[in-house]
This record gives sequence, structure tokens and C-alpha cells, in this order.
Amino acid sequence: MRDELLTIIEKNSRIDLKELAVILGVEEIDAVNELEALENEGIICGYHTMIDWEKTDIEKVSALIEVRVTPQRGQGFDNMAERIQKYPEVQSVYLMSGGYDLMIILEGKTLREVSSFVSNKLSALDTVLSTATHFILKKYKDHGTVLSRKKEDEREMITP
Amino acid sequence: MRNPLADKVVEIKPSGIRKFFDIVSEMKDAISLGVGEPDFDTPWHIRDEGIYSLEKGKTHYTSNAGLVELRQEICNYLQRKQGITYHPIKEVLITVGGSEAIDMGLRAMCNPGDEVLIPQPSYVSYEPCAVLAGAAPVIINLKAENEFRLTAQELEEAITDRTKILILPFPNNPTGAIMERKDLEAIAEVILKHDLYVMSDEIYSELTYKEKHVSIAELPGMQERTILINGFSKAYAMTGWRLGYACGPEEIITQMTKIHQFAIMCAPTTSQYAAVEALKNGDVDVDEMRTAYNQRRRYLMNALREMGLECFEPYGAFYVFPCIKEFGMTSDVFAEKLLAEEKLAVVPGTAFGDCGEGFLRISYAYSLEQLREALKRLGRFVEKLRKEKQ
Repeated sequence: MRDELLTIIEKNSRIDLKELAVILGVEEIDAVNELEALENEGIICGYHTMIDWEKTDIEKVSALIEVRVTPQRGQGFDNMAERIQKYPEVQSVYLMSGGYDLMIILEGKTLREVSSFVSNKLSALDTVLSTATHFILKKYKDHGTVLSRKKEDEREMITP
Repeated sequence: MRNPLADKVVEIKPSGIRKFFDIVSEMKDAISLGVGEPDFDTPWHIRDEGIYSLEKGKTHYTSNAGLVELRQEICNYLQRKQGITYHPIKEVLITVGGSEAIDMGLRAMCNPGDEVLIPQPSYVSYEPCAVLAGAAPVIINLKAENEFRLTAQELEEAITDRTKILILPFPNNPTGAIMERKDLEAIAEVILKHDLYVMSDEIYSELTYKEKHVSIAELPGMQERTILINGFSKAYAMTGWRLGYACGPEEIITQMTKIHQFAIMCAPTTSQYAAVEALKNGDVDVDEMRTAYNQRRRYLMNALREMGLECFEPYGAFYVFPCIKEFGMTSDVFAEKLLAEEKLAVVPGTAFGDCGEGFLRISYAYSLEQLREALKRLGRFVEKLRKEKQ
């Protein structure tokens, strides 16, 4: 049940618990207990909402920042990542293989806010060797969800 | 002027589905649980392979029986899934959907007056195809109390000296019924005793929710008397690609290929390349879609139970077949009223044979959101009918 439950809830965290139990073919109490267990084990880390901010009046700027850092003895990159992730404007921090070490996804209100984060905060950290900032121009698909208009059901109404 | 038409064709009843379709298309903003095809689009990697084949200029005929590579993949697939071995060159024909395979098979095998046994309720094309092939269709009326499975006794009772072929449509459209191994073993005995051939339409073989699908061709002595029909429409959500296949004894496949060669030439080339990819790398997609259908099946069954509509639990395809006899009206009238009053389209059971009277086919090839809204309407309608009756 666990794998199937996670697949469902990943796509729709607002699903009605009774309905969840029905489609899994289990008792409601068992579904509820399993969810609670998954939360306690830290497997389910949160329930978020996908928002296409572009369709609102609220201005947002997102950037993807590649960071090269000097790893620290005994710590690797963990210390650095922990430090960076404390900034609330930082949405994601990943350790990467390849040409750079950390990838940061940053969300700010304005271009200036993003550039100020990079120049004043990030570059100022003494283990940071270099940064490369890429602004995100348009999101087509995010978290497995296509952000354009929903597709209509184009099938014939009745078929054998 | 003289009559331009063939009597044999004119005498075939138009499909009950067609009639209902015309009513539905007139109605604006109706919603439907009447569709007999997956709601999923074909998985992207399969579509991509079709596109790539076009880019490479694979725009010509293939050999009549289909790409050898695809026939080989089909053999690998049937070996992997059902444990049946077919010879890719001698025993496989790629067709334009499973539908063509049904037509070709019956035309290749029937002499005038040969009787073809057709269990109903079932897919709409067996009976007309048998008639067009010059055979005499003999209907076996399946029963709700047997969960619409075919029993050995029902089969035995329908057999005459002229019986040649049994059509075996499981997992079944429209009932969702399956035949488990024990059910197949029981009828295989009768088939062997009377030296019949079987046309086993297994187009829904990937969509079972109890035991894994069993093909009658797996049973001892059956492969040499079975035409196994399957295709890509339901398993890989590829209805629009029009691709299916038939596997069976060389003797029959050779003759089917002969008709196919003259009537069709070959199945669409683009679809064949896409299908190779489906069979090679599509098992994961099939599993995912099956899981989704199963969730919807449970959702739908639960909703019907809550409405108090009588319905056996179906374990195959993507249909449920609830009984509406308590309302004292025909399936046609019920479906028309439901459409008029709640703007919800379902297919009357009678579209799949007379013994579908008193039943409806409800498809769950829909998203949970669509199902939720549709079932709300059905529930409201049922409630109203019960109040009116009091």
C-alpha cells in the first residue's frame, strides 16, 4: 500500500481520506495510520501547492545559481549547504556532480533582490569560489505538472 | 436503377451504440462514461519512436504480415507474459487493430453455414463479421449469476454438428468479466471433445485486477486450435494507431495473411515501429496504467455499492456492468432518461447483445475527477427514480 499511497499523494495531497482508502482498497483507518507513519518517518515532508505565479499580479523572479565551493575537511559540502539553505529566499539546494558543486534555486521579488543575494550574501562566503546565475524566463513544466492550460478530453463521447 | 446493395450487408442491424451516439452528440455539455478506450495518451517514448521512424523516412509498406522485428517482439512478449511459444514468421500476422484480426480470422476459417458461437454480452463486431464471413452466428447468453463467465454447460448446450468456432472474448467488454484458469480448463474439455476452434480475443489481457490473465492457448492441446488476438490499443493506450495481431497455427495464419495482403496490404508502418518500442520498453507504462484503472475500479464499485446498485465485482478491462432491473425499465429507456435528466451518457447493455437487457455499461477509463462528477449525477438520478416508484 505504501508505494501506491505515495504515488497518489504526490500528485494530489488534498485527496479526501475516505476516497484515498477506497481507491487503495483498504480501511480508512489504515490509510490514516499509514499517512501518519509516513509523516513521522519524515518520508512525507510537507504538503505544498503548485501555483503558476505568472497568472497572478504578483511579481516573482526565479534564478538558478551554480556555485563552486571549496569542500571542508571532514565536512565535504554539508556545512556550506546548511548555511545556504537558511536563507528563506532559497527554494532548493542540491549537491551536483559535474562542472560545479551546489545548485541553488532562488526566488526573489525583483531582479535586484536576486542580484543582491548573489553579490552580498552568497559570494561573500569565504568558501565560495565562483557563482553563475541564470534567470528563469518561463516555466513550462514544474514538479511533473504542465503549467499551460489543461487538456480537454477529446475522445468521442460513446465508443464500443 | 437496380438495387446497388448486398442483402447480406443491408440485413445487418446497425450498432446499438451508433444510435445512442447520435443522441449524445446532439446534447451540449453532456458528460460521458460511455467511452471504450483509454483516457491516457500513448506514453511519450512510444510516440517518439513513431515520430523518429517518420524522420528516418520509414514511410513505405512493410511486408504483408508486418515488420519481422515487431513479430519477433510479439513472440517475446507472449512468451514472457503467457508462456506460449509462437514462430515469428509462420504464426504471427500484424493487423489493423484487433478488429481486423477478428474479420480476417472468421473469413479464413468459415464455410457457408458453419456455426460460430458468440458469448454475449460482448463486443459489437463478432456477429456481423461472422455473418459477412458467410457463417451462422449462434449466441450464448451469459448470465449475471455466473459473473458473465462462460460455463462448460452453456457451451455444451450450444454445440451442434455444424459448430466450428467459439469466440472467447475475455477479459470482457462490456461486462468486465474474466475467465480464470479453472474456468478455461472446464471449457477446454468441451472444446477438445467437439473438435472446435477458438478465436480468443484478448485485447484487454493486460487489464486484469485479480490473477494475471490466462490465455486459453496456454492449456494443453489448445494452442493448435486457437487464434489468439491481441493488440496495442488498450494495453499501451494506442487506439488511434490501429494496430493489433493474430497468432495461431501456420495453416490458418497463412490464409489470413492472404486475405490481409489483398484487402489491406499491411498495417500502418509508423504504428508498427512505435509498437516495437511499446513491447520493448513499455511494461512499466502498462503497470502504471493498470494501477490507475484499478484505483478507479475500486472507486466506482464503492460508489455503486453506496447507491445500492446491484453489480458483481468485475476483475478485467475497464468496465462495470451494473443491473438496473429494479427500476422496471429497459436499458435503452434508462440510458436515455439519464442522459436527458442528468446529461450523463452511459451505454445500454443491449448494445452488446439482447441478454444485456437490464444492465448498463459504465466505463472507468476516466480521471477520478470525471468519475466523481458523473457518479454524483448517477446517484441523484437513481435516488429520484426510487422516490418516484414509492
